[in-house]
Amino acid sequence: MDIAIQIFPVLLLGAGVTLKLTVISVGLGCVIGLFIGLARLSTKQYLRVIGTAYVDFFRGTPLLVQALIIFFGIPQLINETQAWLTATYHVPKIVQNFRFDMWTAAIMACSMNSGAYIAEIFRAGIQSIERGQMEAARSLGMSHVQAMRYVILPQAFKRVIPPLGNEYILMLKDTSILSAIGFVELTRRAQLINAEMFAPFPIYMSAAFLYLVMTLTFSRIVDWLERRLKTE
Amino acid sequence: MIEVRNLVKNFGSLEVLKGINCRIREGEVVCMIGASGSGKSTFLRCLNLLEQPTSGEVYIDGVCLTDPKVDLNKVRRKMGMVFQLFNLFPHKTALENVTLAPMKVLKLSPKEAAERGRALLAKVGLSDKADAYPGQLSGGQQQRVAIARALAMHPKVMLFDEPTSSLDPEMVGEVLAVMKNLAREGMTMTVVTHEMGFAREVADRVLFLHEGQILEEGTPGEIFNSPREERTKTFLSKIL
Ligand SMILES: Nc1ncnc2c1ncn2[C@@H]1O[C@H](COP(=O)(O)OP(=O)(O)OP(=O)(O)O)[C@@H](O)[C@H]1O
Ligand SMILES: [Mg+2]
Repeated sequence: MDIAIQIFPVLLLGAGVTLKLTVISVGLGCVIGLFIGLARLSTKQYLRVIGTAYVDFFRGTPLLVQALIIFFGIPQLINETQAWLTATYHVPKIVQNFRFDMWTAAIMACSMNSGAYIAEIFRAGIQSIERGQMEAARSLGMSHVQAMRYVILPQAFKRVIPPLGNEYILMLKDTSILSAIGFVELTRRAQLINAEMFAPFPIYMSAAFLYLVMTLTFSRIVDWLERRLKTE
Repeated sequence: MIEVRNLVKNFGSLEVLKGINCRIREGEVVCMIGASGSGKSTFLRCLNLLEQPTSGEVYIDGVCLTDPKVDLNKVRRKMGMVFQLFNLFPHKTALENVTLAPMKVLKLSPKEAAERGRALLAKVGLSDKADAYPGQLSGGQQQRVAIARALAMHPKVMLFDEPTSSLDPEMVGEVLAVMKNLAREGMTMTVVTHEMGFAREVADRVLFLHEGQILEEGTPGEIFNSPREERTKTFLSKIL
């Protein structure tokens, strides 16, 4: 217990990082998800193909592998391409030894990953709106885009709040995977403390406790939102 | 005003409309009757291109709707549509349902749109329900809001697809009354309906649709009192 109290402030910093990463990533994920979800429902085939490929890739591969590709793979690709361009065509170097900083890589991995799941949530939400809504809007002379914007999406947004909340909770836990690329969020912070103090039980239990506080608080907020929207 | 030439609609291998020809004149009320599955809804939906016809042409005021170059959003405004299941926007109040398209499509100011909306709600007898959401309205009230919503675009033709068939019997009258009023004001209307009383009283012409073709047409008197076709007789005897 003494140890738990002693390390708590440091762990709390880690929890702050986890929370910040999750909020930013799910926020960006919503933007990505909206576009990818709409692309999957498009009448244009090439957009559907792009949307489907995106979702397949990010849901079909582990977040850890995605993070490794972004953090190590892409910089290597950029650096080697640049070296090759310089050697073959004497193109001047633009950056010396390109690297992502930790935050950029972490946000990219998490938001692109959650974007794929959120795209599916949006797609299902939009498809759950009765066909008659689109038809009524179109029969009034609205364009497809106007009908989406003023009629379909406002209704779909209400329906996606519960699954979106769920995605947020999953993402909050999944950010711990980024400890593997050395991003110091809550889990990594606990590991670092443990390396110094070697007291795994209180340290990891404290980390678990902090995760639990964050997930439970959030699921209560979603419950409350859901109930409020229902009564409207 | 509306001219339909050789309209054909297939769903895959299913032939639903098998070459329909008809004309609807300005100010005319045409009722369409026919058995379930005969293609009545499909016909109406082809008129405002909610359904893309397989072949054939639809003209409104001389503009060919089936021409790929035509701006569909523009020509659809000329036709108001009222659906069997109302299809009101549930997240908007009655007034907002009526004003949405005038604001977004016709670019009316909120004030102009609200004026138009209130006038139309008054016309369908729902002034006091302007701020109610569809979920708080009865079926008959919802359908009247839907009529006001369609009228708000100042259409030249109103298309009704069984506007009363999902209503409780005691609410049918109020919706039909609104429609009779419209007809009296000279609105051009095409109405799919099983309300034979309404057809008799209001229609200038009745079309009997059978298996994707207009089998018989005439004045309500001709169709209801002395149908020529055997199939028309059978159909009428079932529903009257
Ligand atoms: N989107 C569609 N895809 C495939 N088949 C369809 C579609 N819409 C209608 N049909 C078929 O076309 C036929 C005619 O349907 P339609 O809805 O026009 O009939 P209706 O005369 O309006 O009947 P009801 O009185 O039941 O409304 C039916 O056999 C129906 O199953
Ligand atoms: Mg029908």
